[in-house]
Amino acid sequence: MLVFLIRRLLQSAVVLLVMSLVVFTGVFAIGNPVDSLINPEATEQQREKTISQLGLDKPLHEQYFIFLQNAVKGELGTSFVHNRPAIKLILERLPATLELTISALFIAILFGIPLGLAAGLNPDGLIGRTISSGSILFFSVPTFWAGLMLIMVFSVQLNWLPTTGRGETVDLWGFRTSLLTLDGLRHLILPAVNLGLYPLALIIRLTASGVQETMPLEFMKFARAKGLRKSRIISVHLMKNILIPIVTVIGLQFSVLLAFAVVTETIFAWPGMGRLIIESINLLDRPVIVAYLLVVVTVFMVVNILVDIVYSYLDPRIRIGSM
Amino acid sequence: MTSQGEPALSVKGLKTHFFTKAGVARAVDGVSFELVPGEILGIVGESGSGKSVTGMSIMGLVDPPGRVVEGSVRLAGKELITATEEDRRQLLGNRIAMIFQEATTALNPVLSIDTQMIEAVKAHQDVSTRQARKIAIRALQVVGIPSAEERIKSYPHEFSGGMRQRVLIATALLNEPDIIIADEPTTALDVTIQAQILSETQKLCRERGTSLIWITHDLTVVAGLVDKVCVMYAGKIVERGPVDVILDRPKHPYTVGLIGSIPSMNTRGKRLSQIPGMTPSLLTLKPGCAFRDRCLRADERCLQDPPETWTGDGSAVRCFHPVEHPAKVLEESRRS
Repeated sequence: MLVFLIRRLLQSAVVLLVMSLVVFTGVFAIGNPVDSLINPEATEQQREKTISQLGLDKPLHEQYFIFLQNAVKGELGTSFVHNRPAIKLILERLPATLELTISALFIAILFGIPLGLAAGLNPDGLIGRTISSGSILFFSVPTFWAGLMLIMVFSVQLNWLPTTGRGETVDLWGFRTSLLTLDGLRHLILPAVNLGLYPLALIIRLTASGVQETMPLEFMKFARAKGLRKSRIISVHLMKNILIPIVTVIGLQFSVLLAFAVVTETIFAWPGMGRLIIESINLLDRPVIVAYLLVVVTVFMVVNILVDIVYSYLDPRIRIGSM
Repeated sequence: MTSQGEPALSVKGLKTHFFTKAGVARAVDGVSFELVPGEILGIVGESGSGKSVTGMSIMGLVDPPGRVVEGSVRLAGKELITATEEDRRQLLGNRIAMIFQEATTALNPVLSIDTQMIEAVKAHQDVSTRQARKIAIRALQVVGIPSAEERIKSYPHEFSGGMRQRVLIATALLNEPDIIIADEPTTALDVTIQAQILSETQKLCRERGTSLIWITHDLTVVAGLVDKVCVMYAGKIVERGPVDVILDRPKHPYTVGLIGSIPSMNTRGKRLSQIPGMTPSLLTLKPGCAFRDRCLRADERCLQDPPETWTGDGSAVRCFHPVEHPAKVLEESRRS
């Protein structure tokens, strides 16, 4: 286990290094931020001064090495626009996005697995067919449209839930969260549902197909032959077998949602990372873009390590040492 | 559980059909037999003869598109076919247990052996997990698994094929059932282990007075093991009776052919006789004797269903032209 962790952490460090090089070069190639940052009426002297202050007068490889030196110390540069450390800007917004992502996934799992089970156990019944077609709908509906519809119905027409913002927040271990106040929760429901629709559809379909693949297997018959109760056959014999692909998808979806919550955050004016990155790309705020991508990649890798550890608990044939 | 004289299991007119897109396959088509307590019955037939489906039908484990369409299965007087799901659940694994054909696929790969055995005990007995584990360990010791206390924590993939099969047998024994149905449990194993498991299972059943149904395609297995034999062909029992009668004086041409195809010391160096033709498809089965296309003795009468008739030897046969001198018939078929 320890060997596994060390090896995976080393691999992750290499990935981060390669990733930073690619991103740094990529962002450099996109365009010159100077044009959008400096007042067009500034004198040539002022211009030169700003450029050298930002360190943009040095060649690419020198800039990269300076960046690496700082990165080792935990500094990922200073935002050109906000004039504050980029990592700080991102970490300020991260909790809001995390909160949204986790709530969305929670909703997807909470409803997805039971609905998927119901659909998989009665594939030809009315309920099964309804759930299956419903999940196809959730798959296909574009996030922005679903978001607008949610606002139309629940905020504008029914006037049940607020449309935008994060609502009242409280401090929890140094982070601000809206999970603990009623107002915060009311604000969270719509964006979380909106973001959760796609993973919900995915989990429903995975669970349903897992059920249909596993039910005819011999060991399910043997479990019945032992005279086990149906509840135990489903919750133990069936679930433990179908959870492996579901956990994989949940892990992948977590990272994907975290990185691409942009649309939902924009529609619901949710103050998360997504909006920060859109602004930064528009203004070519290089340090923020680089720092954002590195943070997302880090989360991606941490989640993947966790998924692999969960695997070994779900399937005894997978040994953590051999991964 | 059963009073003297009452059969432990009685199957009457059992019909299980599979409603496939290509048509209705009558996999089991009117099977009847009885089993008294402590008796060992062999059901013999080729693949596709309906012998496994018979076992599954008794257990109520036939999945769609298959369905038991007719007949009765009485376990110690209790009807199983029409029983409610809960009533049947309480009997399965408890009074009647099944040993599956392939231990590799019958055990859940992601659950440890103790989980899979303890749950089987607790489904029928009101005991603590600790006691259930003790019962499970004892059952593993009985079937000859060394250091059972340690091994019970393992997962199925950590066992060899023979050991896995023993785990299945131990699982069947857990609640000391009255009847065990064994569906070719030794086909996937080495011959030496086959023989071991065979004799051990027989010994266990004799000691406990458990009735056993041994489903197999292998007549040689049946010879030393069972009291009675049912020979199945295309969903029907074509011949049944005491094992020595069936093996020494078979009446049905199919049984004669089956016995003739077994190599033995007497046939050494000679050509083995074989049954001409192939097993008929269950989908295109015409009325009448299903064996007639492969039978040298068939005539117009065989276009009708032969009824089951009792012979003087105590066996019953479904044939209009039962064989009187099996040895002669075999000799002829070898020459032709």
